[in-house]
This record gives sequence, C-alpha cells and structure tokens, in this order.
Amino acid sequence: MINAVGREIPDALLTDGKEVYQGKNYMDGRYIQKASPRTRRYEKPQESKVVESIRAALEQCGAKSGMTFSFHHHLRDGDYVVNQVMAVAIEDMGLEDLTIAASSLGNAHDPIADYIEQGKVVGIQTSGIRGRMGEVVSAGKLKTPAIIRSHGGRPRAIEAGEVHIDIAFVAAPTSDCMGNCRGIGGKSNCGSMGYAMTDAKYADHVVVVTDCLVDFPNMPASVEAIDVDAVVVVDSIGNPKKIASAAARISQNPRDLMMAENVARVIAATPWFKDGFSFQTGVGGPSLAANLFLEQYMDERGIKMGWAIGGICGPMVELLKKGKVGKVIDVQDFDLDAVNSINQTPNHFEMSASQYANPANKGAFVNKLDFVVLAALEIDTGFNVNVLTGSDGVLRGAPGGHPDTAAGSKVCIIVTPLTRGRMATVCEHVVTVTTPGDCVDVLVTDYGIAVNPLRPDLIACLDEAGIPHVTIESLKEKAYSLVGRPDDLEWEDKVVAVLEARDGTILDVVRKIRPFTLSED
Amino acid sequence: MEILRSAMAGTLESSDAQVIVEPGNGRIELSLQSSVMNQYGRQIKATVLETLERLDVSSVRITVVDKGALDCTLKARVECAVYRSCGASAANIPWGGAVR
Amino acid sequence: MIPRPRPERFRLRRTMMFMNAQKPGLIKDAYIYGCDSIMLDLEDAVAENQKDAARFSLYHALKTIDYGDTEVIVRINGLDTPHWQEDIRVCVAGGADGIRIAKCESAQDVKTVEAAVEAAEEEFGVEKGRTLLMAALESPKGILNAYEICSASERLFGVAISGGDFRKCMQTSFQPDGVDMLAARGQMLLAARAAGVQCFDTVFTDLDNEEGFRAEVLQNKAMGFDGKSLINPKQIRLVHQVFAPTRKEVLQAEKIVRAYQEQSAAGVGVFTVDGKMIDIAFIPGAERTLRLAKACGMYEGDLVK
Repeated sequence: MINAVGREIPDALLTDGKEVYQGKNYMDGRYIQKASPRTRRYEKPQESKVVESIRAALEQCGAKSGMTFSFHHHLRDGDYVVNQVMAVAIEDMGLEDLTIAASSLGNAHDPIADYIEQGKVVGIQTSGIRGRMGEVVSAGKLKTPAIIRSHGGRPRAIEAGEVHIDIAFVAAPTSDCMGNCRGIGGKSNCGSMGYAMTDAKYADHVVVVTDCLVDFPNMPASVEAIDVDAVVVVDSIGNPKKIASAAARISQNPRDLMMAENVARVIAATPWFKDGFSFQTGVGGPSLAANLFLEQYMDERGIKMGWAIGGICGPMVELLKKGKVGKVIDVQDFDLDAVNSINQTPNHFEMSASQYANPANKGAFVNKLDFVVLAALEIDTGFNVNVLTGSDGVLRGAPGGHPDTAAGSKVCIIVTPLTRGRMATVCEHVVTVTTPGDCVDVLVTDYGIAVNPLRPDLIACLDEAGIPHVTIESLKEKAYSLVGRPDDLEWEDKVVAVLEARDGTILDVVRKIRPFTLSED
Repeated sequence: MEILRSAMAGTLESSDAQVIVEPGNGRIELSLQSSVMNQYGRQIKATVLETLERLDVSSVRITVVDKGALDCTLKARVECAVYRSCGASAANIPWGGAVR
Repeated sequence: MIPRPRPERFRLRRTMMFMNAQKPGLIKDAYIYGCDSIMLDLEDAVAENQKDAARFSLYHALKTIDYGDTEVIVRINGLDTPHWQEDIRVCVAGGADGIRIAKCESAQDVKTVEAAVEAAEEEFGVEKGRTLLMAALESPKGILNAYEICSASERLFGVAISGGDFRKCMQTSFQPDGVDMLAARGQMLLAARAAGVQCFDTVFTDLDNEEGFRAEVLQNKAMGFDGKSLINPKQIRLVHQVFAPTRKEVLQAEKIVRAYQEQSAAGVGVFTVDGKMIDIAFIPGAERTLRLAKACGMYEGDLVK
C-alpha cells in the first residue's frame, strides 16, 4: 500500500492492526491500553542486590533464547555494556534468537554484527544503526527486518506493548547496592539517563550494570531501586573519552557559520521569537552554531529563551548560566559541560524519553516547542527528510528526536549544505523518509533558503524581513548541476528495515541494496 | 599518448580522487573504487574513459580511488597522471584541445 | 562550459579572497560567501611538485564552475620561477578574468607578463585585451617603483601590497598600529591614485584576533584603499560593513548626482546642494558612493548601474 509520503509499504507488514503513515497527528485522540510488565516480588528484606557477574544476573532473571534485551545509548560511542552483555548471553550461556531493543546503536557495537551474521541475534529495534551493524543489516543478514523508531516512538511502542522487554540493562555511571542509579558521580559519567527510564518501568526484569558502586541511597535516582532486580559491578561500563567530548565547540567552518547565521535570521523573523520562546537544536556544526547567532538576536531584542530541550551540550549550558534561558530539560548529554551541569546548575533538569517526545502520552515537551533546528542527510522537493540511510542506500544514521521535534514544533528548520562531496543533499526523492515533509517548514542551505509551501505564514515572515528565499526545486536543480544527476539506486525485494513514524504507523521501509559494480555495466 | 611509466595524481581527501596510471598491455584496464559508487559509478567510469580517449590513450592500467570528486576534478586528475607518465605535465599543455 | 562576460577593469573589489587552486573542495563554490573577487592561488598555496596538477584543476574549474558575478583572478608564480609561462597559458585558455603578478618589481615585469598574456590570447583565440592584470608589490623595490608599475599597462586594474614578504625585507614584523607598513601603504596609494588604478591592502592572517582585524580594516578604509585581500570567508562580512558608505553619504551622493543630471540637462555647470557648491569634480566620487551603496544593498535607485 502507498502511504501518505508516497512510499510503497509491503502488505505483509500490515498485520496485527499495523497501518501505513496517514499524515501528521493521525492517531490524535485515540485511546490505548498500556502494557504492564510481569515483575517479581522482593518482599523479604534484602541487604543488597549486587550479584557476582553479568551471567549471574542473567540467570537470576531467567534469561533464555528468544528473549528481548533492552539497552540505552547515553554512553554513546564509548559504550561497553551492550557488547559485554551480549557476549555473556551468546558465548558463555549459548543463548540464541535474541532481539536487541536499544534506544540507539552505534560504532561501539561493531561486534554485534558478528552475532547477526551468526544468526544469534535475530532482531534489532533501535533509533540509530551505523558502522558494521548498518552494513550487515543492509546486506540482508538480519533474520527479521530491523525496526527503526524515533526517540519518542520508542517509549510509545514500549508503553503500548509493541515491544516487550524481557530484561532491560541499565548502564549506570553510579549505582548503590539496591539499584538506585545516577548518570554522575562515577568514572564514566553520562549525565542524563532519560532513555533508560521507560525501559526500567516496563521491562519484566531490570539489571543495573555499573563500574562505580556508591553508598545507599544514591539520590536523586534516575532509575530507581523499586524497578531493579540485580546490580552487577564491572571494571568499566565505557570509555569516558568517547562518552562525552571535552566540550562541544562551535564550528569555525565558514560554511557552517554562514548557514547558522541564516537560521537565526529566519527564527528572528517569526512571531514566535519573543520573550519566553522555546528551542531545541542539534549538535551538528551549523545547528549548534545557530546558538551563537540566536544569542545576538536575543540581546538585540532584549528577550530571553524560556526553555530549551533535547540532547544538551556546553553552549546551551552556557546560556543557562548567563541567565539567557530559563530552564534546560535534558534527555541526553553530549559533552562534559552538560554532564557536569545536569541537576547541579539550577534549572537544569533531567527528563525521560517519554516526557521528551512520546506522542502518545499527555504532554510531551516536543509538542510545546516553538523552534527546532535539525540536520539532514538528504531532503527532497517534498521536504521529506532522510537521516537514516546514506545516499548509497546503506543504513548509517538515526532518526533520534528528529521526527518528534519536527512534528511537534511550530517552526522546524533543516540546515544542511546543498552537497556533501558528490552527494546532493537536496534531491528529488530521499532514499528513506524518516521525517515527513508536512512536518518540515524551512530549509537553510549554503546556496539559499526554501520555505515549505504549506507554510505561507512563514513565507510572509521572510518576505517582511527581507530574507531572500527560493523554491526547493531550484535548490535541487542547483545541486544536480554541481554534482550531476545520480543514477537510481537498485534494490532487491527483501526488506531489511522498517521505519516507524512516531505514531507507530509505517513511514517507509529500507530494502536490500544491490551494489553497483563495474562488471555489470 | 603512450603511458611510459607509472604516475599518480590527486589525493584521498574528500571531494578529490587519486588516479594512478601504469603502462598497459594493449587495452584500457580500469579499476575503480568510489565512495559514491552506487549513484555515480557509471558516470565516473564514462568520464575516465572519455578523458583517456581524448588524450588518445589506448593502453593503460588505470586505478581510480574516488572520494566524491566532481567530474571536473576527475578529468583533471586523469589528465595530470597521463601527462606526468610521459614527463610532459609541466609545459605546453594543449589547453582547450586534448585537455578540455 | 560557462562563458564569462568580458571583465570590467574598474569594478567593486572590496574583498579578494585567496583559495588554493589545488583543493577541489574549496574552489568549487568559493563564491557563495559573497566576496567581490576570488583569487585562485597557483603560487604559495601549491607545493612545488604539484604546480602541474594545480593547473589541470584550475583549467577545469574555470571551464566548469559558474562563478556568477564573482570576479575570478589567478595568482601566478613569480617571474623567477619555471612556472609562470604555463600559468599564464592556462589562465588565458581557461578564461580567468585577471592575473595577479606575484613579486612585481618594475614596469618591465608587468610588460613581460602582458606580452605573454597577449601571446596566449592569440594562441587560444581569446579576445585581445580581455585578460586583466594586477600587480602584487612585495619588496621595497616594488614599492619604490609603484608609480611606473601602476602606469605600465592598460590591462592593469590595480596594485596590492603583500605584507608577509615585505615585512621580511624591511626587517620588521606585524604591528597592531600598522606602523610597520605605513610608509609603504601610503606610497603605494599615492602611486595608484596618481595612475588612476585601484589599490588593495594585504591579508590579515591571525584569524582569532578579531579586534586587530577590525582595526586594520578601519585603517585601510581611512587611508583610502579600495579593498583587501582575505584568507578566510569569515573575514568578508566585516570588510563589507566597514567599506559600506553611511546612510548620510548615500543620501548626499544621491542628491548630488540627481541635481547634476537635472542641471547639466539645463546647461548649468555649477550649482548648490544643501548650500554647498557642486561642480563636475564631485560627480565621480558621488557615483562611486552610489555604486558601493548598491552593492551593499543600501541603494536601489537607477542613478548608477
């Protein structure tokens, strides 16, 4: 069936009430029955939940073949926990047919690609998929299609019981002996633990993995002991250098700065840019640099930002400390400045992924957002954005909070160079639709600005402010005139990944790529 | 032109291509690696072959490692490698003639 | 192939940005930052063993890339190197708007380049006189001969001082107040104005020193330079800001040019604007102000093109 963004979704996927994407806010007002986990009572007073090894924890939780294990990605490219747990489960205990349901997976998880190739890991549910894992899944080696969800779509699916987590693993920079966890105070600090919170509430079993056991009670806890079955102490949960960078620096790249300046101009030209406005930005070069120019406009107009959300890094913390933003609410931290600030700097708070972005709850932050500034791997003339597949068709990205913030915000600005090397970022059809075009309002490139025709109000704002803009078609033509028109990718029928919209409908599928080789030409 | 000895031009930086030419055995043997193979492999091959034809090179082993170079860069790298292999890259290039 | 219009000898050149002609990622779209001229560099930026490769890159860039209204100048290697003749051939064949002569010390240097350019125009069937020249003065001798250099060729649109080499020759180094090059800048400006050509200041290389850069640009403007060489796009905005006329200057210039057009149609040569005596001598300056204002987006009228 063809969905609302023009993608053919195989009927075989439309079972158990699964629907194709129908447009923004299609599920609004519906009732859902939340799932509940089957959990064990620990009535008898306990001195400690610390067990001697990951294997002991797995055994205590009744780990067996066919189960779904969940993980969160606050340790980012420094994470050791996914690989440690899966090695014990598969190599030591001989478990098979396992599914990994992670908030995201990245380059740290290359070893999992081997388990996929061996057929031991048969399912992957994640926001991000990169590195070798992206390659083997793209090559069709995973037994079932990977399921890709946004950061809001994931807690939605967990709460709705579409993902049933048998054992959730919480990578905890600090924990006490009962499993009260925090993201700070240890040797591998990550700050916010927002993505782990829903898992801990909805999983049948929860295992805390930490490398820093602290005195009971470890308060205020991000994940609470009331949800935890066992605590394992390991030598190291991750490489601190790769968990949080020293400090996210604002790009000095002149192209990024030029685009960032235009992003700020656009924001300042809209009626929502007034005292108390709300804002989220990505950490990519031009998105982050937008902070800098936005601050100049705020100073000029004598206004302050009311609140900011998202993955947080130093420049936003800096604004908070200068009193230029009222509150920062944080689901993940990207650098040490942010890690060291959360729950320490007044008005810097932690939130769960559900609170951040879940469209099926009663008040996600993204739905009150004024502005979001986001990057893109590709954007097409229908303003559909791809942040998942490279333009060669291989999985190497993550929707993250992109679709959630785009849909919820009043103004969603995509900022990207027109081309990257020989790849046209602005193109006719994105390889995969990860954020539907009806959620995207403005495109800022190094060759000009385009406004979605669905937003005549914004077109009027830009005209009023004297900000030149062009059609997205003309940007696409310019891109092709620079790099040449790409050949169409060639696909096999096999679906290797299913991309869910934030409301749980199917937005797109990724098929197995047929690589081009010289001999076939 | 005749490829007299092996020669190289270009770099492995993004948006560039590295081209190596070596004496051939009567035909054009192209080996191509590209970061944009799936979308541009066909066009890169065509550009390389056209450039060699313009330079009247019919016997060469040519290796192209492409990092997303535009066509104008690919041509420049192939031409430079070929002229270098003949020791003729420094002066009197037929701009607008065989090189265009 | 992108045909470029015949270059204008005297046009707005507030910002001339250097780009390594050997870096494909840089030269493909250097014009997006809005500088008036880009300067593709075959000289210092290109290693000695890559001069040949840079020419191939340059040729195809010139022939393929649509630089729009941005002027494209190429800095060629010095006349004391084995490279400059082939550099000139590729510039002319590729259709560069102009050539920057490095280390120019005499009128003869300009004439030597001019002859080679003319021969190349002949060889490649390019309209004679199309390719413009500018001279970079990098030594005390170049500065002392500035006037004869400025007057050496009808193709020459201007001169620039090149600070790095010049300071070495003078046994000095960069000074925040510009005293290290004050005399040289002044002498070059005198020569350029006397010969009726443009005059450009050297690059400011310390990208992190924003205050120092601003001070230098303000001094450049105060001394009467037409523009400045740049090494990074982020320097463009400030130069354009500083070189922009004030609102008052634009209004005044508009009044003068309009009054002149009306009065001269009526056969009047001398008249007053806001109580000030105005005659034809004021007109070129007022028109220059309006052209500058137009480029800065401050004037939209049709008194100048």
